[in-house]
Amino acid sequence: MPFIPHNEAERAAMLQVVGAASLDDIFSHIPAALRTSGLRLPPALSELELLRHGGELARRNQASGELVLFLGAGAYDHVIPAAVDELSHRPEFYTAYTPYQPEISQGGLQAIYEYQTMIASLAGLDVANASLYDGATAAHEAVLLAVHHTGRRKVLVDGAVNPRYRSALRSYARNLDIELVECAAGAEGGQSAGLVDETVAGAVVQLPDFFGRLCDFSALADRLHRSKGLLIVVLNPLATAVVKSPGEMGADVACGEAQPFGLPLSAGGPYLGFIAARNSLVRKLPGRLSGATVDGQGRRGFVLTLQAREQHIRREKANSNICSNQALCALRAAMFLALLGRQGLREMAEQCLAKTAYAKSLLAAIPGCALQLDGPGFHEFVLKLPAPAERVFSELLGRGIAPGLPLGRHYPDMQDCLLICVTEKRTKAEIDRLAAELRACLGR
Amino acid sequence: MTVELLFEKSQPGRRGYRLPALDVPAAGAGQLVGADLRRGAEPTLPELSELDVVRHYSALAGRNIGVDTNFYPLGSCTMKYNPKVNEAFAADPAFLNVHPELLSECGQGTLAALHGVERMLSEICGMAEFCLWPAAGAHGELAGMMIIKAYHCSQGACRRKVIVPDSSHGTNPASAALCGYDVVTIKSAADGQVDLAALAAAMDEDVAALMLTNPNTLGLFETRIAAVAEIVHAKGGLLYYDGANLNAIMGVVRPGDTGFDVVHVNLHKTFATPHGGGGPGSGPVGVAARLARFLPTPYIREAGGRFALQSDRPDSVGQLMAYTGNVGVILKAYAYLRMLGAQGVRRVAEHAVLNARYLCSRLKERYTLAYDQPCMHEFVMAGLTEPNGVRTLDVAKRLIELGMHPPTIYFPLIVHEAMMLEPTETESKQTLDEAVGKLLQIAEEAQADPQKITGAPRNTPVGRLDEVRAARSPDLVWKP
Repeated sequence: MPFIPHNEAERAAMLQVVGAASLDDIFSHIPAALRTSGLRLPPALSELELLRHGGELARRNQASGELVLFLGAGAYDHVIPAAVDELSHRPEFYTAYTPYQPEISQGGLQAIYEYQTMIASLAGLDVANASLYDGATAAHEAVLLAVHHTGRRKVLVDGAVNPRYRSALRSYARNLDIELVECAAGAEGGQSAGLVDETVAGAVVQLPDFFGRLCDFSALADRLHRSKGLLIVVLNPLATAVVKSPGEMGADVACGEAQPFGLPLSAGGPYLGFIAARNSLVRKLPGRLSGATVDGQGRRGFVLTLQAREQHIRREKANSNICSNQALCALRAAMFLALLGRQGLREMAEQCLAKTAYAKSLLAAIPGCALQLDGPGFHEFVLKLPAPAERVFSELLGRGIAPGLPLGRHYPDMQDCLLICVTEKRTKAEIDRLAAELRACLGR
Repeated sequence: MTVELLFEKSQPGRRGYRLPALDVPAAGAGQLVGADLRRGAEPTLPELSELDVVRHYSALAGRNIGVDTNFYPLGSCTMKYNPKVNEAFAADPAFLNVHPELLSECGQGTLAALHGVERMLSEICGMAEFCLWPAAGAHGELAGMMIIKAYHCSQGACRRKVIVPDSSHGTNPASAALCGYDVVTIKSAADGQVDLAALAAAMDEDVAALMLTNPNTLGLFETRIAAVAEIVHAKGGLLYYDGANLNAIMGVVRPGDTGFDVVHVNLHKTFATPHGGGGPGSGPVGVAARLARFLPTPYIREAGGRFALQSDRPDSVGQLMAYTGNVGVILKAYAYLRMLGAQGVRRVAEHAVLNARYLCSRLKERYTLAYDQPCMHEFVMAGLTEPNGVRTLDVAKRLIELGMHPPTIYFPLIVHEAMMLEPTETESKQTLDEAVGKLLQIAEEAQADPQKITGAPRNTPVGRLDEVRAARSPDLVWKP
């Protein structure tokens, strides 16, 4: 029997101790009418058969080596040091659960504390939690935090926030009497300042925004603070290795997706939601927090702390319902950041900038193509094509290049626009090939 | 004994990873990002060699325990063995390198596996359809509540209340509240099950649902579940199944056959995906046929052997995550289910219950059984029968010293000095006998030498930590 160690003699001895005649007998107190006669499931496979079957499924996916990704839009293709995979597979990490018993969980708790430190610092804020599910749910938790903190129900959401996040925000808000006011994605980021008043709990903006642009939200932060609202910045934390951080712009909360830090694309998950905030908001943060303290002998140690915020203590009055989060993903992100380090992360961000600039110059020179919503940016930009973006997307995909995201999928007036992403992983040769293929495709 | 922090080990100029040299015209951040948009202070990131980082995390791993290293009977969490083949299965680069925006175009194999998990979970739970996207159990509960709300609103009255038993997991009331419901808590009956009279009294036409775990958090099967369902359904309410304890009944009882309308399951519990130190989990939500149109988007649709994601569903509660949940976790559960088959699924439940009942039988002389009834896959004890000043927390810390992960303690909240043990089916009789030996030894020590217990643990990297200090003056990030 797979993964069940009992032999016949042991089973018999145990049944005797519990006073049951058979395995069936241990369910005899369950009314017979409730019991099932049997399940219809695919036949059991051996390990070898399972791996063969896995290989067949994998071959039905398009092999990654054959596809060059200029597609980001919230999920990014970055380098992952080999040591991240190796270390995160230590079973002491991945077969443990939430560190409820700190004496035998110091490894995980210290790793979370270090992760919190690095994420808070990249966001330019005071504290960060142990993790949330993903960028979209992190944005929702940030909205909840603003609503609880201010006692107000209205939240402004910039149209240049990831459309998938905005969609998730709407799903959750509709049950909570939270009014989301979506502002048009304009030529400049941070459109919402004009809508801020005493009824606004906070405004959600994105850095870099969905179109890849960098924007200073300091003025919006000032306007919000004048009426005691919160600025929430959805952040790609890789960008802040070089770009002014949300904290430096006056933001109160930064949240988002830390998948760029050592997590494979994996068809969308598991990813890593994060949230960071000013100290004054720490008791309103959702999720787990690891804190440093000492034991009876004065030795430094770490515990889950401020648990009075959480569902297992406060039940329906908790800040959030989150229990399991994405601890192993946070561990991977911490390992990634430790390996890249201060210089490595800056260099990675700078290479993204340089390669994106190179791609922009090449692609904008193709006849009929033009940069759209152009301005200071990070590693994504919008290219307007002289053809429907979906057609170009399909054609290039057939030639082994994912040329970006057809923006018409989210913005109906952008049917001829591609959102193109160039990370440090793309080579000059690949960028040149994108330009050549695009030129050829548009010429056809 | 302390492991220095990454930042304390940092040495200027040291690096643990090297990028390829830049092959396009170099332009520093200074040229590409104007001064007004450039970061001011350097971020707090360490500077370490690869070996420094490897030694650091190896040292930290040595200060953690997991299922692979120790018996881990953490009640309600189903800490079963995580088969290695599941990791190997899911680690194929062809699965790992699919961009989520290309799942339909380039991920047909992934979608086939996901669709397979939907069908297998539907069969195991007696549900019509499943959505796999919730990222954890609590997220599945929230999704379930959203579906229930959408259903009632479609019937013309949204209803405002959700009932939970006082034995329920904290996520149940929290999830209901986060869906905008008022939570009504009902007391459990003297036998630990739902009190039918209390339920009938609380149930009215403003109640959207009753959230229930079965077996419940005391490890007891709710034998009156048919009557519970009748009371809830008679007033138009729905019955929500928290799948935290599905390991006890899968292949034996299907929640849908006992009247449940909506369920969530925890792949990281029942279906053997690793708990990861606190996630990533996965909390798929399943529904009866009349609720299928409310499931979160996107849906996986099969046509002619090809799979596609469909988001255009007007009645859906909408999108829950940016993408399609914790796909990498779901693939591991797929591998596990394909190895078990129908008979294996049932064997899991049988042995999970056998192991718990065996442990319970051997301990109940010296530990007070909270409810003396046949337990399912876990059971709750109200501390030592003769405590002599030794509390459950002390027993837990002494167990650590003796090389075992303690049970869940002080939950459920309705049991004084609660200790909740869930051995799971993957543990052998020898492991259980050893655990019994340790727990009985502690019972002896409580009489002979209680300080031995209350001073534990002494052999861990740190002793009992000052949690009050941690909460009073929070130190959550390192500062130079």
